[in-house]
Amino acid sequence: MKKKLVMAIASRGGHWIQLNRLSAVWEEQDVIFITNDPSLESHVGNAKFETVIDANMDKKLKLIFLAAQTFFKVLKHRPDVIISTGAAPGFFALIWGKLIGAKTVWVDSVANADELSLAGKKVSKIADVWLTQWPEVAKEDGPLYKGRVF
Amino acid sequence: MIFVTVGTQLSFDRLVKQAENWAIENNYTDIVFQVGSQGYKPLTGRSFEFISGKEADDYFNEASVVIGHAGMGTILSCLSEGKPLVVMPRLYTLNEHRNDHQLATYSKLKYLDGLFPADDELMLNNAINDALKSNSKSHAFNSRAPVEITDYIKSRIYSF
Repeated sequence: MKKKLVMAIASRGGHWIQLNRLSAVWEEQDVIFITNDPSLESHVGNAKFETVIDANMDKKLKLIFLAAQTFFKVLKHRPDVIISTGAAPGFFALIWGKLIGAKTVWVDSVANADELSLAGKKVSKIADVWLTQWPEVAKEDGPLYKGRVF
Repeated sequence: MIFVTVGTQLSFDRLVKQAENWAIENNYTDIVFQVGSQGYKPLTGRSFEFISGKEADDYFNEASVVIGHAGMGTILSCLSEGKPLVVMPRLYTLNEHRNDHQLATYSKLKYLDGLFPADDELMLNNAINDALKSNSKSHAFNSRAPVEITDYIKSRIYSF
């Protein structure tokens, strides 16, 4: 079977740590990592690695720039799968991924034990696989609970 | 070595003072305290208000046990590295934080393997002793999520 291209995208910190723990998802495929901290390249070995700007949900102008940046990343790489643990970069990548027909995966951070993150709620319609790491947050029609990354 | 950290902002003297008591009672001097802005500085071990990134990483890596507040950064770092964490939440009612989100995080996460929870300072000594006994190898660093979740994701995205 031809290898798929997986775009694994998350912000630095807890999101990035959790994303990397999902490596079994792409280890037999090709992967491109995207995050917002250049120093994290040392984590990924020889894998492809690119960065986007650091923006969060309450900086409007930067968010628009981030949306455009992720748009071009998705168009450039045309991944078959986009997977994210949060936050803003993954949110945009999933939107653009959906447009080009990629399979989209959202694993909400373990930090969100009482309710989904803001981005996590917003991807409800566009994530093909929409997961929470807390059974109490899960619902029958999603997000689903299928275990934790820790 | 034990590394006590209260995160990058506020002091948390209730945690620091009880960790100090424990260290003195147990004659444990190889202990580093990061106590936050104008935080109480213990009479044993080494104390800093703040520690820069690289230095903090070094202390973190060297520590056999970390004692910390219930901040998400501290908890995720310890879980990821398989580092036993004695964790105690800041309380809004004691003016230790702006709200009780740490308590919420704590009450959910405290059951995870590798965390040694102390609801308050009265439970801290036992939690520290348990963490030290827990031979950190039993929480050996495993960088991969349980297959349950990754198998599920793979089954959903590669079967089309």
